[in-house]
Amino acid sequence: MNAIEVHDLRKNFKEIPAVKGVSFQIPPGEIFGFLGPNGAGKTTTINILCTLLTPTAGTALVAGHDVVRERDQVRRKIGIVFQDRALDERLTAFDNMQLHAILYNVPARELPKRIDAALATVELLDRKKSLVRTFSGGMKRRLEIARGLLHTPEVLFLDEPTVGLDPQTRRAIWDYIQKLHQKRGLTIFMTTHYMEEAEVCHRIAIIDHGKIIALDTPANLKRLVGGDVVILKTSDDAQAAAEIQSRFHLPVSPNGQGLRLEVEGGEQFIPTLIRDLPTTITSISLHRPTLEDVFVKLTGRAIREEGPESMLRVGMRMWGRR
Amino acid sequence: MRNLRGIYVIWLRDVKRFWQDRVRVVVGIAQPALYLFVLGNGLGGSFSLAGTPAAQGGFVRFMYPGIIGMTVLFTATFSAISIVWDREFGFLKEVLVAPVSRSAIAIGKALGGATQATLQGAIILLLAPLAGVQITLLDVLILLPVMALVAFAMTSLGIAIAARMRSMESFQVVMNFFLMPMFFLSGAMFFTDRVPAWMKPLVSIDPLTYGVDALRGIVLGLNRFPLVQSVLILAGFATLALGLAVRSFQREG
Ligand SMILES: Nc1ncnc2c1ncn2[C@@H]1O[C@H](COP(=O)(O)OP(=O)(O)OP(=O)(O)O)[C@@H](O)[C@H]1O
Ligand SMILES: [Mg+2]
Repeated sequence: MNAIEVHDLRKNFKEIPAVKGVSFQIPPGEIFGFLGPNGAGKTTTINILCTLLTPTAGTALVAGHDVVRERDQVRRKIGIVFQDRALDERLTAFDNMQLHAILYNVPARELPKRIDAALATVELLDRKKSLVRTFSGGMKRRLEIARGLLHTPEVLFLDEPTVGLDPQTRRAIWDYIQKLHQKRGLTIFMTTHYMEEAEVCHRIAIIDHGKIIALDTPANLKRLVGGDVVILKTSDDAQAAAEIQSRFHLPVSPNGQGLRLEVEGGEQFIPTLIRDLPTTITSISLHRPTLEDVFVKLTGRAIREEGPESMLRVGMRMWGRR
Repeated sequence: MRNLRGIYVIWLRDVKRFWQDRVRVVVGIAQPALYLFVLGNGLGGSFSLAGTPAAQGGFVRFMYPGIIGMTVLFTATFSAISIVWDREFGFLKEVLVAPVSRSAIAIGKALGGATQATLQGAIILLLAPLAGVQITLLDVLILLPVMALVAFAMTSLGIAIAARMRSMESFQVVMNFFLMPMFFLSGAMFFTDRVPAWMKPLVSIDPLTYGVDALRGIVLGLNRFPLVQSVLILAGFATLALGLAVRSFQREG
């Protein structure tokens, strides 16, 4: 039996479609990732799978139970870490854990022991009695993960578990998640728009505008990209693009930072390019295909515009929630 | 069983929060005290109660039960607001995906808010000697359940409204249209049998009127309606409001 089975799932908000027919199966024990840009429909899909939203059409089974007809059975078997914080910041870490444990009917006798063990796994045992308000972003996230696991779910949903955290904390959180996965063998369904994170998944579905546009292992997905990726900046990008097309017969695409081309054996190609291109090259870089490149290849866009603008957007979203 | 657990958790959370906020709870006595002594003495100086049954002891004494009612009303309402807050900040989500029913959430919340408001009201009882009011232990034993009933009714009403709200702002607007009029019309600060004819129907549909009247009856013996009648009306109103609160929760999602 699959841990999750989704068939032609759709969700419209009023008339506007957010999820436009997605299907996938996740075998037990797999770490499965949803990778996609803002507004792709990742959270909407998770909300349907964890019974917060009813789908407009299609079916979904989680741990063998239908998410519409057998809500309670589904709810008992899943743990969730929401994209937005869902802690009571005015209570202590212990209080938050305790309320959760009672909700999920963890036997009272086991409760203190289990809470301590869960807090210890995420290295928060010494902060058990502190108000959550006094925690850093990463600590809050770890607490939420510990809480999501308190009732030993079969399937764990993680919606952007590390969004807004610094790289070091992100890595620490992924270490926890992977350790937990090894120890318990639970199924993990996660969403992210950090490419590096998607690499830890066994399989990834790339989702865009409510549709899955590719689904495979990270290695196989990267094979979709022809070869190495070369990004160059020149004194005149339009001119350079035309020259590359005519001289090297390679497709070139502008990518925001400069020109992007895919080529086999990038190391050998770069010296040739520098020698033979009439337009002056101001910078050049070479990298192995990443999932980012896969996304660009499939959609013609970058998944996430890096830089000050995206920082601003994150900032504004956080304000918007206040 | 499953629903009892849900009700218990929501209630427990409110109680825990009340305990965490105990400093604010004690400081929270300042506002009612201000109303009572500044407004009470001010109004008492301008208007005479001579010839009324309340003449003895002055205006502060007369207003005291009204201030208990006010405290319960405000605490209950602000506890209900936390539903909007929770939805914006997500704690509610955590409960919505747990294996408990949505009615359990509404009922637990109503009980939690009622507990907070009753405790806050009970603290106001400490002001009694300053207001020149003598309360016996027996009075307290009757006051507490009546306060709890008022608190439960008011929290339920607050939840029924809050569950339909999407933002803090709209909730505040609505509350200003309910909360302040309810407080003013309840007779917390004046005799409701002396109001002009056009106000009479408004006074009698205000559930808080019966709450304040019952409290004033217990504390000062100055009630217009028999205690049993007030309690029945409050209980009826509480049931209705809770029904609305439960329904507005089930409609969600
Ligand atoms: N409650 C809602 N009402 C109306 N539209 C909604 C609602 N929730 C989501 N949407 C819309 O559905 C689409 C998908 O949103 P969703 O939150 O699933 O995206 P996402 O992939 O999780 O994005 P992000 O990376 O920003 O979290 C968006 O266009 C969004 O505006
Ligand atoms: Mg999302």
